[in-house]
Amino acid sequence: MIEVKDIHKSFGEAHILKGISATFEKGKTSLIIGQSGSGKTVFIKSMLGLHIPEEGDICYDGINYNDMSTDARRDLRKEIGMVFQGSALFDSSTVEENVMFPLKMFTMQTKAEMLERVNFVLNRVDLNNANGKYPAELSGGMQKRVAIARAIVMNPKYLFCDEPNSGLDPRTAILIDNLIQEITDEYNIITIINTHDMNSVMEIGEKIIFLENGLKAWEGTNKDIFKTDNKAVTSFVYSSNLFKKVRQAYLMEG
Amino acid sequence: MNYIEHIGKYFAMLGQVFKRPQKGKIFKEALFRELDDLGNKSLGIAAFIAFFVGGVVAIQTALNVDNPLIPKYLIGFATKRSIILEFAPTFVSIILAGKVGSFITSSIGTMRVTEQIDALEVMGINSLNHLVLPKIIAAVFFYPFIISIAMFLGIFGGYVAGSLTGLFSTVDYIYGIQLEFNSFFVAYAIIKTMVFAFVIATVPSYHGYYVKGGSLEVGRASTQAVVWTSVIIILLNYFLTQMLLG
Ligand SMILES: Nc1ncnc2c1ncn2[C@@H]1O[C@H](COP(=O)(O)OP(=O)(O)OP(=O)(O)O)[C@@H](O)[C@H]1O
Ligand SMILES: [Mg+2]
Repeated sequence: MIEVKDIHKSFGEAHILKGISATFEKGKTSLIIGQSGSGKTVFIKSMLGLHIPEEGDICYDGINYNDMSTDARRDLRKEIGMVFQGSALFDSSTVEENVMFPLKMFTMQTKAEMLERVNFVLNRVDLNNANGKYPAELSGGMQKRVAIARAIVMNPKYLFCDEPNSGLDPRTAILIDNLIQEITDEYNIITIINTHDMNSVMEIGEKIIFLENGLKAWEGTNKDIFKTDNKAVTSFVYSSNLFKKVRQAYLMEG
Repeated sequence: MNYIEHIGKYFAMLGQVFKRPQKGKIFKEALFRELDDLGNKSLGIAAFIAFFVGGVVAIQTALNVDNPLIPKYLIGFATKRSIILEFAPTFVSIILAGKVGSFITSSIGTMRVTEQIDALEVMGINSLNHLVLPKIIAAVFFYPFIISIAMFLGIFGGYVAGSLTGLFSTVDYIYGIQLEFNSFFVAYAIIKTMVFAFVIATVPSYHGYYVKGGSLEVGRASTQAVVWTSVIIILLNYFLTQMLLG
């Protein structure tokens, strides 16, 4: 379980996270949604220690991140997979080298074993025949998928994805959502996803946290989200006509 | 931030850099890549500059000792001294500060602004150790080799200048350069070079690693890094000369 308690983060004068608390459980996919600029990226980077919050605590399975030594933090991070919003692939390495890198760094596997694992995860993100390409030679969506493959290659206990399916076509987006869901169930891990994508919300939103202006404005499931009267949530969700219709259909069904 | 804070942060950075590499094999691969990028690829420019500067030093010396009482072989002797003591180690290091310094800052800075450093950190990798230590080792061990070649080519440049201009005879020159060989001077130059190499590897890394913003800031940081690396080399040169030869 990851517990976030009242974290605050500012950049100079700008107060971005204004006291957010949340818990994330094993075997569950939690989505963090909210408008562009609401602080989703800052929130998960703060959970990972990439930003240092001025206030608040983050506990990984009961151990407070603030109290961990540098080495303990590194050990924790070996169990974390992260997909960055901008992919953050190593641009001087090929796709294969990118995905293999954590294996090479932290396991004693032979080259053949590593290659097998790399091909397995690349296959899961539906990316075959790109092993020898450099990130600059890939489309944005392909880079995203390489980033996902790299994040899951070590079988992480905690998986963080910052907009894993932005820039992907609907078919691939669903494939990625399902993949993340499957991995979460299969390995009973904690998965946290930042997204704007209402499709993902409906498909895999077992738990949804809505951020607005650096605060948690709402929390619930994908079933609740069509019932809530919360202004911020409804204006976010029903900004698209499609979802207005979905809501009507949903309410009629009961 | 003021200077004191930067200096503190720089030494704190070195604290993270000098840790045991997490995986020997990856470190070795990185080291060989850096030997090529920072070392091998600098040989050409260092050789070119050393050769021509050597020629100019010999010509200048010859033009300045036209007093008939001063023996001509002193031209070779003085040229050798200046090249070994200053021109090879300091001059070539300043050139390397420009070439290698901007390369280091822009490559690490780009990794910073495209979140590649965050990606390393989030995997549990000590990014400073992973990125900077191989550069330091490569520079500190390879640059003495470059400087030695530069010394040789500089002295040879003087010889060629003599034979092309006829300002001094090559026989005198060769006699002069053989005169009073002091191995401590070479040791002094090598020690200086190793110190400069350390500065060339670390100061630009510092500028790249802590850059904030985008490509414009990476560009600015590269220029800053070259300026600071050069300034620090010049100052250290002064203190080292006083300490070792004074
Ligand atoms: N390193 C930083 N320095 C200063 N301000 C920052 C920094 N990172 C983020 N911010 C600010 O924090 C706010 C939240 O940014 P964040 O990236 O978390 O938004 P987001 O919810 O992820 O948006 P998007 O959906 O567009 O990715 C923005 O106003 C942004 O300007
Ligand atoms: Mg974001």
